[in-house]
Amino acid sequence: MSLLLLVLLVACALGTITAQHRARKSFVELEAEQVAAKKLEEEFTQLQLEQSTWSTHKRVEAVASKQLGMKAPDAASTMIVSPEAKAP
Amino acid sequence: MKFEKRAPQLRLKLEGWRSRVVLGLATLGFLVLAGRAVYLQGMNQQFLQAKGEARYGRVVEMPASRGPVLDRNGQMLALSTPVESICVTPDDWEADDAAVKRLAAALGMDAGEIRQKIANKDRQFVFLKRQIAPEQAAKVMALHVPGVFLQREYRRFYPAGEVMAHVVGFTGIDDNGQEGIELAQQKRLAGVAGSRKVIKDRKGNIVEDVASLRVPRDGEAVTLAIDQRLQFLAHRELRNAVAANGARAGSIVILDAKTGEVMALVNMPDYNPNNRANVTGKQTRNRSVTDLFEPGSTLKPFTVAAALDSGLVKPDTLIQTAPGSMAIGGWTISDSHPFGVLSVAQVIQKSSNVGTAKIQLSMTAERMGTLYRELGFGAVPATGFPGEAKGLLRPWTQWRPIEQATMSYGHGISVSLLQVARAYTVFTNEGQLLPLALLKREARPIGKPLFTKDTTREIVRMMEMAVSPGGTAPRAAVPGYRVGGKTGTAHKAEAGGYAEHKYVSSFVGFAPVSNPRFIVAVMIDEPSGTKYYGGDIGAPVFSTVMGAALRMMSVPPDAPGIPGAPGTINAQARDTRGEG
Repeated sequence: MSLLLLVLLVACALGTITAQHRARKSFVELEAEQVAAKKLEEEFTQLQLEQSTWSTHKRVEAVASKQLGMKAPDAASTMIVSPEAKAP
Repeated sequence: MKFEKRAPQLRLKLEGWRSRVVLGLATLGFLVLAGRAVYLQGMNQQFLQAKGEARYGRVVEMPASRGPVLDRNGQMLALSTPVESICVTPDDWEADDAAVKRLAAALGMDAGEIRQKIANKDRQFVFLKRQIAPEQAAKVMALHVPGVFLQREYRRFYPAGEVMAHVVGFTGIDDNGQEGIELAQQKRLAGVAGSRKVIKDRKGNIVEDVASLRVPRDGEAVTLAIDQRLQFLAHRELRNAVAANGARAGSIVILDAKTGEVMALVNMPDYNPNNRANVTGKQTRNRSVTDLFEPGSTLKPFTVAAALDSGLVKPDTLIQTAPGSMAIGGWTISDSHPFGVLSVAQVIQKSSNVGTAKIQLSMTAERMGTLYRELGFGAVPATGFPGEAKGLLRPWTQWRPIEQATMSYGHGISVSLLQVARAYTVFTNEGQLLPLALLKREARPIGKPLFTKDTTREIVRMMEMAVSPGGTAPRAAVPGYRVGGKTGTAHKAEAGGYAEHKYVSSFVGFAPVSNPRFIVAVMIDEPSGTKYYGGDIGAPVFSTVMGAALRMMSVPPDAPGIPGAPGTINAQARDTRGEG
């Protein structure tokens, strides 16, 4: 009887150790993923920064006018479409 | 088996005391062990557990990032991104000359400079170079110099650069706001770093979370009321205007006429917040908020509105302004051009000082004094900008008659451009003064009623006349839109009186008159050319900025059909054309 209990006890002990080990392994993986997520987040802010730097109005205007030879339409060549449905 | 068959030696009969001694020693040994166990487990337990934990337990810092600043459309105006700082613990430092040279090359520093920084052995920790790009940091670390390590920091970037500089401000190297929104919203923007207790294995991996000591909180995002497109537009026009007039400085404020939100706020001279190496206070000062000037004639509409409201005059009441000057208590006030008999409406249109003074003197000083107070002069506008100026408004009880007269046309009082712009919200809101907002507003605020609707309508009509041919500022007109506004020109006050040839030219106006959308206030400080009137300097800037702003926001024109104005197409008419 007591021999059986001893076997059971050892089995349980080994089970606990394996479980603990597995938990730790998973935890290390989780940590690694979190670090990766943080890295991606940082990359995202850097990309956002880059995007907003490239898309400043100053730069867009300079490219449009100097490289592409564009200009803003003056008032006289602007048509404003009014949403109100009034027959002429 | 039988005892007798054992070896003869074992058959020896031992004396009883010897086995008792051994037993006693063994027992004593066990007692000592048990005692020690009790001592360690019981009495010394805490100390030992702490020591054990120090072997495998670590407290890990969890940095929090500073929140971004966004414009009303979500465009990034200020953003924190991680950078590395190269640090050294002088105690661990080990590098021969060749290593120092390699390090210097990787850091872009002088070898002597590095040695000098390390030389002070008393210090536990030295920054070799702060805030460099992660790629460069990786190169430095690849040299494997003992004692050199990285520390992660966050650096603030301002993509919009000088366009937004005065509004957004900047942070110091330790990520604390020093100017503008960065300073004003420091509490919200700054995050709170956290820390947690973990168990590390021998490879340095975190294997278990023990406890979270402090949960980190990232800084909140702050959304401004500013529209970056309008801001850029205002910045460009102001820069051109200041350069064209050889002016010392200038400011433009654009307000949403219905909500009191600050849509744009620019100042010249400006600076680049990303590179503040040689920046002076002259450049960083947010002039439209902190600097005071005499607003001059831009205050006339308030005087006339007060008189209309009290029923003392009607828009067509005639006032004799000839000969263009007037003596009050030994002082003389005069008009720049003499006029004859003017109606009240023409007093505004032609901007007559004498006329305004006469209207004012028919009222009590108290009426004017309280009105100016209620309009927010002499009190901070409470937008949350750091360093907001209160302005100078002496209590009306101390006014002399000449002061009462000059104050009616904006002299002897000093205000910031933001205060004047705000005061004009009464004309775009049926007589109600709006509170200003620097951050985006969700709903229209409740204004403080100061004038009746009828009075406001009359004043707006007069201000529209001022912008028409025959007024002081025809150059403020915007093709296609009805515009109302008022010029201002004032001598600069200097120690001991007014400076002879130094002026501040301003223009404050709104459009479209039928349903105002924007208030634009322009101030040009010390134009150096021969022209200095608000109608010549401020008005054209107003016209360009207002016109472009209205078109940018697709505000339908309320005065179409004028040559040079945008045309209109009716949506339905176009649809039917498309079908046919």
